[in-house]
Amino acid sequence: MEARALRMRPGTWLVWALVVFFMVNVLGVIGSVVLDSFGRTWFNGWAPQGYTSSNYSQAWDEFDLGQVMTVTFQVTLLVVAISLALGVPASYALARRDFPGKRLVMLLFVLPILVPPIAYGIPLATMLYKVHLAGSFTGVVAANLVPSVPFVVYTMTPFIEQIDPRLEQAARMCGAPTRSVLGRIIAPLLLPGMLAAGILVLVRTFGMFELTFLTAGPTSQTLVVSLFSAATSAGIRSSQNIDAMAVIYTGSMLVLLVIALRFVNPTQLVARSRD
Amino acid sequence: MTDIADSPAAALDAQRFSELRLNGISRAYGAHTALHPLDLTIRGGEFIALLGPSGCGKTTALNSIAGLLPLTAGSIELDGRRIDTLPPEKRGFGMVFQNYALFPHLTVRRNVAFGLRMRKVPKAELERRVHAVLELVRLTEHAHKLPGQLSGGQQQRVAIARAIVLEPPLVLMDEPLSNLDAALRLDMRAEIRRIHQEFGLTTLYVTHDQEEALSLADRLVVLNAGHVAQVGTPAELYESPRSAYVAAFMGYRNILTLTATRVGTDVATVVGEGVKLVGTVAGPVTEDADVQVAIRPEDLKIAAEGAEAAFEAVAEVVEYHGREFQVDALTRSGKRVHLRTPERVAPGDQLALTVDPRRALVFPMEGEPT
Amino acid sequence: MTAATITQAPKLALRHRLAERGIDRTLLLILPGVIAIAALFCYPFIYGLGLSFQPAKGGVLGAYSAFFSDSFSEGTIWKTFSLAIPSALINVGLSVPISYRMRGDFRGKRLLLTLLVVPITLGTVLTAEGILEYFGPVGWFNLTLQKLGLVGAGHPVNLINDYWGVLFSLIISGFPFAFLLTHSYLSGIHPALEKAAATLGAGWWQRFRHVTFPLLLPGLLTTFCLTFVLGFSVFPSAIMVGDPDGKTHVISIEAYEQALQNFNYPQGCADAMIMTALMLLVIGLVMGIRALRFKGERIFYTGSTGGKG
Repeated sequence: MEARALRMRPGTWLVWALVVFFMVNVLGVIGSVVLDSFGRTWFNGWAPQGYTSSNYSQAWDEFDLGQVMTVTFQVTLLVVAISLALGVPASYALARRDFPGKRLVMLLFVLPILVPPIAYGIPLATMLYKVHLAGSFTGVVAANLVPSVPFVVYTMTPFIEQIDPRLEQAARMCGAPTRSVLGRIIAPLLLPGMLAAGILVLVRTFGMFELTFLTAGPTSQTLVVSLFSAATSAGIRSSQNIDAMAVIYTGSMLVLLVIALRFVNPTQLVARSRD
Repeated sequence: MTDIADSPAAALDAQRFSELRLNGISRAYGAHTALHPLDLTIRGGEFIALLGPSGCGKTTALNSIAGLLPLTAGSIELDGRRIDTLPPEKRGFGMVFQNYALFPHLTVRRNVAFGLRMRKVPKAELERRVHAVLELVRLTEHAHKLPGQLSGGQQQRVAIARAIVLEPPLVLMDEPLSNLDAALRLDMRAEIRRIHQEFGLTTLYVTHDQEEALSLADRLVVLNAGHVAQVGTPAELYESPRSAYVAAFMGYRNILTLTATRVGTDVATVVGEGVKLVGTVAGPVTEDADVQVAIRPEDLKIAAEGAEAAFEAVAEVVEYHGREFQVDALTRSGKRVHLRTPERVAPGDQLALTVDPRRALVFPMEGEPT
Repeated sequence: MTAATITQAPKLALRHRLAERGIDRTLLLILPGVIAIAALFCYPFIYGLGLSFQPAKGGVLGAYSAFFSDSFSEGTIWKTFSLAIPSALINVGLSVPISYRMRGDFRGKRLLLTLLVVPITLGTVLTAEGILEYFGPVGWFNLTLQKLGLVGAGHPVNLINDYWGVLFSLIISGFPFAFLLTHSYLSGIHPALEKAAATLGAGWWQRFRHVTFPLLLPGLLTTFCLTFVLGFSVFPSAIMVGDPDGKTHVISIEAYEQALQNFNYPQGCADAMIMTALMLLVIGLVMGIRALRFKGERIFYTGSTGGKG
């Protein structure tokens, strides 16, 4: 088998050609945005007519990016904190107990991951309007909790299942009360999993578009929503400023990705619940 | 049982080769050599066991012969024809994997029939052969089941059936019994032996269990860190191991490191740390050099009253084995020895031990093979 | 026996009986999470469903009949399917040969997987923005085509503000997702199975056809469902690089416009329900195929592929 792998067959060439073609185009897509953000004007040709970094400062002022970034990080970190607080205890109970109705609870937690955000976002936005929470910071956080809490549950439950329950039993046999068992034995073991789950929620919420778009108001937009609004509003906004904003978004996201990949592997960023 | 004229064995003589030659086959990963050049000639119908601890290269050798790993040096010839350049699907060898590797989505019948289907054997003959083999391994009433519905021993038998239904010139077995519990292992061992006797298929069998190897094989190849330590029949390896390593594998549980004070052509006197005994020279031993002395537990005896003792030891653990006791004892210098004796011994007893010179083998010290 | 002992015994039994069935205080830990999801997901959904049956006019099914009687809104169904199905087929279809070639470890594999994750993580908005530039009439893609002579100078291929831009967006963000899923399903198939097939005389195509593909197929069907859902719910790219009032007026845009631009909440919720129902239909169909039985036995093997069976 290995011998065959050393000789590249036409099938292998084709596969690698496809992958490279894909990568080249993705790089082109991202690269165009980056280059344009540094360009003076770019009407035709392979490169802009000149380079400047003024687009960034213009974008910062024009789109009030300081406020947007603050809101984005506030929303994201709050969603991470709350979803961990709600999700980790739930996943502990699900990992350790088998009870009638457990499948129903698991189904309840899987639906927000499987159902696309637009489908439940519209009724959710409708309801938030009725309770006057639409357009508010609270509404945005609440909406983003919907996919995040189940995500934490589905990441943490198998993680906790892997921790031997006999550790807790041994602690009890040594006389530890429940809060000590939870605080001194379980919590330290959970930290790596919580870190991974938290980072995954961070990355996903930062890039989550539909939910925030449907529930945010002018002062509670996250960066990606602002980007969309800017790109689609009619007006004489120069596209270079929009691209500068896009680069700021990409840069932040890549930084988060690099941090995330130190703790999780690439597949976890993407995998949703299967089967 | 099936008609003799119909039996696979009758068709086999046409399949059997006269010899399979391994010429210096070797496999290296960069700086690390998993298998040093191995030379071996396997005659048709033989049952050869590759024996050694994990990491000794036996599985590497097996996979290389199967074609699943390429050789980095050497060649394999089947009756003069080079086969090491062929991919595994062209070699026509049957293989039984350690974890069986049964196709989980196919029934037992289809698993066994798989190889025949790949060869486009006509349907009538295919069904006949599959049926015969399933009867041979006594799985006929399970033929329609999926592997997930079978027990470990049954899965094992399906794996064997799948390999032999093709009547291959060579059957490769990679520790097939290691995943079974002890009682089942003995049953399956008898099964493998029965199949080999009935069909006479040339078999190359990898294992780390010396008892298995001794009971099944016509010849054994003992491997140590990629090198061949010794090749021979079970009797040869049992009676005349050529090194302390092989001796340890063959049940010489006591390997004592001592110094040779007097070396003759046949016998040598060895002393060290309160031990003095005479043993048989079994390798190139020089005077005043460190040696390793191998003694079987059953050959280490308690000295009779008044007789001279080779050394003294204190019994530590005594296990009752019905007709005899298995004793772990510590010499004065802290060396652990094992012996079997019909005499009643209790922990803490002071024992005077002796051994027949013909039963103590003296080997030169073995350096670590590279 | 005193009266106290007799009354104590039944109380203890109840707690123990419950504990044996897995019900004890630990289950309280689930409550906050369940309440949150129930309040933020289930309730709005039910509320929206109820609202969809209370339109301003037309009776209980007014909103639904309005959707289907208007060719513009009804046309969204076809437009959405025409994006979702091809993109799912392309994404899953390409992921099979590519992940098959890439199974097993090799140097740089983790780097490759990381690079593939980037488009998904960056998200559809950024991808759409980039597509506008890159595939635009003066973007690098068209310039390359012109340079290669595939297209006449001055006649760039129109790929944006059109169906194609949205399709590209779905492939750029959908293919890595399908690939990673297919790849993990493939990795779950024990390598010894292919080795066994090889020793039994199966060449690479036979190994794929008789061993790998049958074991992979159930996972592929699941991957198709998930990729299809991604495509069916396409939203920002359909607006940014598509033709939101024309060829790519997909059902999510229709629902959004009704709810948050026309403030016709019952209509918007009805549209969202129709969208969900259509998705469930397709998923149900595919999963039904996956679970098909022939003469009592499952056609597709969906059990463990670890090797022992």
